Amino acid sequence: MQPDGTAAEKGHLKILVGYASGVGKSFRMIDEARRRKERGQDVVIGAVQPNAPPEVQELQRHLEVVPLKGASNRAAIDLDALIQRRPAVCFIDGLAYDNPPGSRNQARWQDVQDLLDAGIKVVASINIQYVTELRERVESITGKHVKETVPVSFIQSADEIEVIDAPPENPLERTPEERIDAKRREQQLSKLRELTLVLAADVVDRQLEQYLDRHGIQQHLGAQERILICVTPRANVAQMMGSARAIVAKFHAELTAAYVSQPDISAADQAALDRRLEIVRSAGAAIQILEGEDPVTAILDFAHRKGITQLFIGHSQRSGFGAWLWGNPVDRLIQRSRGMDVRVFPQ
Amino acid sequence: MANPGRAPARGRLKIFLGYAAGVGKTCQMLEDAQERKAKGIDAVIGYFESHGRKDTIAKAEGLEIMPRKRVSYRDSTFEEMDTAALMERNPQVAYVDEFAHTNIPGSGRAKRWEDVEALLDAGIDVVTTLNIQHLESLNDQVWQITGVRVQETIPDWVVQQADEVVMVDLTPRALLHRIERGAVYGPEKAQRAMQNFFRESTLVALRELTLRQAAHEVQQRLDPAADGPSPRILVHLTPDPQTAMLIRRARRVSDFTGAECFAVAVQPAGDWCDLPEREREAIGRHLNFARNLHIETRILEGEDTAAALVDFARRNQITQIFLSRPPDRRPRRFFSRNLVQKVVALGRDMQIVIVSEREPL
Repeated sequence: MQPDGTAAEKGHLKILVGYASGVGKSFRMIDEARRRKERGQDVVIGAVQPNAPPEVQELQRHLEVVPLKGASNRAAIDLDALIQRRPAVCFIDGLAYDNPPGSRNQARWQDVQDLLDAGIKVVASINIQYVTELRERVESITGKHVKETVPVSFIQSADEIEVIDAPPENPLERTPEERIDAKRREQQLSKLRELTLVLAADVVDRQLEQYLDRHGIQQHLGAQERILICVTPRANVAQMMGSARAIVAKFHAELTAAYVSQPDISAADQAALDRRLEIVRSAGAAIQILEGEDPVTAILDFAHRKGITQLFIGHSQRSGFGAWLWGNPVDRLIQRSRGMDVRVFPQ
Repeated sequence: MANPGRAPARGRLKIFLGYAAGVGKTCQMLEDAQERKAKGIDAVIGYFESHGRKDTIAKAEGLEIMPRKRVSYRDSTFEEMDTAALMERNPQVAYVDEFAHTNIPGSGRAKRWEDVEALLDAGIDVVTTLNIQHLESLNDQVWQITGVRVQETIPDWVVQQADEVVMVDLTPRALLHRIERGAVYGPEKAQRAMQNFFRESTLVALRELTLRQAAHEVQQRLDPAADGPSPRILVHLTPDPQTAMLIRRARRVSDFTGAECFAVAVQPAGDWCDLPEREREAIGRHLNFARNLHIETRILEGEDTAAALVDFARRNQITQIFLSRPPDRRPRRFFSRNLVQKVVALGRDMQIVIVSEREPL
């Protein structure tokens, strides 16, 4: 709360994401600062990278910089000075730093949170390698241990996210000593690049969902592939999961499984269903239990709510869903499907 | 030439991919040209579209720009890339804006991507720009997002053969600010643009699609080989207009999963002459469309369409059959509700994929 009783409006956060150092994040950031200043905005640089390339240092000379506090290897942004200065936009190059002991916050991203809470707009940059939840995957790609990280929830909280994409050649040209093992490094960088693009797509997808929600729009736009596996007592879930895994990996798709609960299911069918659910669960898919008199309606309603683009179902010529009264359920499901592929599996 | 008489090695293709006009593709292309020129590489602008934007024009300063070719068509004069002159000039790298552009009839090749193919074949590296909505296999998803049927499309295989695909990103908010400031279009066009293609939700969805496509392009170049046996996909072609969507979807799924893709039309009895001419034409169009997307096509004979399809599938080790969702209450001889049921019942050893229409909001 402000002294006058009105809450400060939270500052707007924009994050630039790159997949490695040397892709040009610092330049893009400083260039944005320059352009905003030219348009008359009150711009301040709150953090610069230690070994910025010469073209970045050149641009920096024309901008107001609030220097970091502390020794150069363990420096923190000068939070008090920045809040006192209250620029319209503050630029923080490099989010993933821990602060020296005794600082107000443990990590720099928390300092940025304080700037936002004080109503200051922040443009910040981060390298994908420093996202907490991706640490294991990044380490398995690069073989390097990462210590200082930023939680993905902070990145997802950004109002805007922008990807700095460039093929791996550029970073290689910057660091000639790493030309040894160039091929392997190029592969590593490509994997990090893929990770970055998918992370950005996921953040954008959440924002799109929130936007559509706010505007009361029920429909999904199909930019993200989403698979729904319908589990029944006779479904060949092993084959379904095999196909699903391949599609999930290649489309960067989202996977959900569902079954429609049936009150009068036989003990044998229940046991068969449980075995199948266990296979699906152990493969890591979330399972949704659906209710409804007509299973076809229950499945399709859920699929439309979730924005499913590919629905997997087994042949069910008889029984299993024997209680279905309105003809062959698979036929009805196909006939009523909209905006998706229905994939019928042998069983 | 070091090896006279030997064909030069094919040029390298690099694509700057964006999600809408105004995100900065042309600027990045020109920056790339300036960088290479500074390194002493012989870089020439084959064609670029400034759209009258000041920053874009400034970025082209000092670069060699090929004069455009003037083409007369229906009492008007149009300007196109002068591909022949560019090949004569034979630079190391040619910069060619708007990869999906359709040339004016009478100016040579039908499509700019075909001009680019010719440049690559002549051993010239090409750097070009492309917006996501022009990718053929995304035509239905783009329609779903924007409500616009994009006519100018580029087959996916043309993009797949690129050595590099780079995403040019900009947040939708920044793009909308640019449009408001008049940095992309003139004021009237800006107003119209923001009501159609440039609604924020549309831009966000197109951007997500582009990010995922770019991620796929990286992944595909990283490990093109699929694990395990590759799936084999069969598409059933009919005169129904939905067939185009079915072909695009099957193409996309086979590209992503590393499957081989085939398409067949089943000819009922005797020959095609028994069919109404419109249906015959539609089948021919769909066969042609599939071939343009590098799908192998075949015409089968058989009284029973479902049996002919499944029989062909078995003989060719097909693992997935793609069919259109039957239309509501409009049974046709080619395309009745029975067909899906029959194929599902007969092809119990394979996966049957029924594709339903994507509708815009």
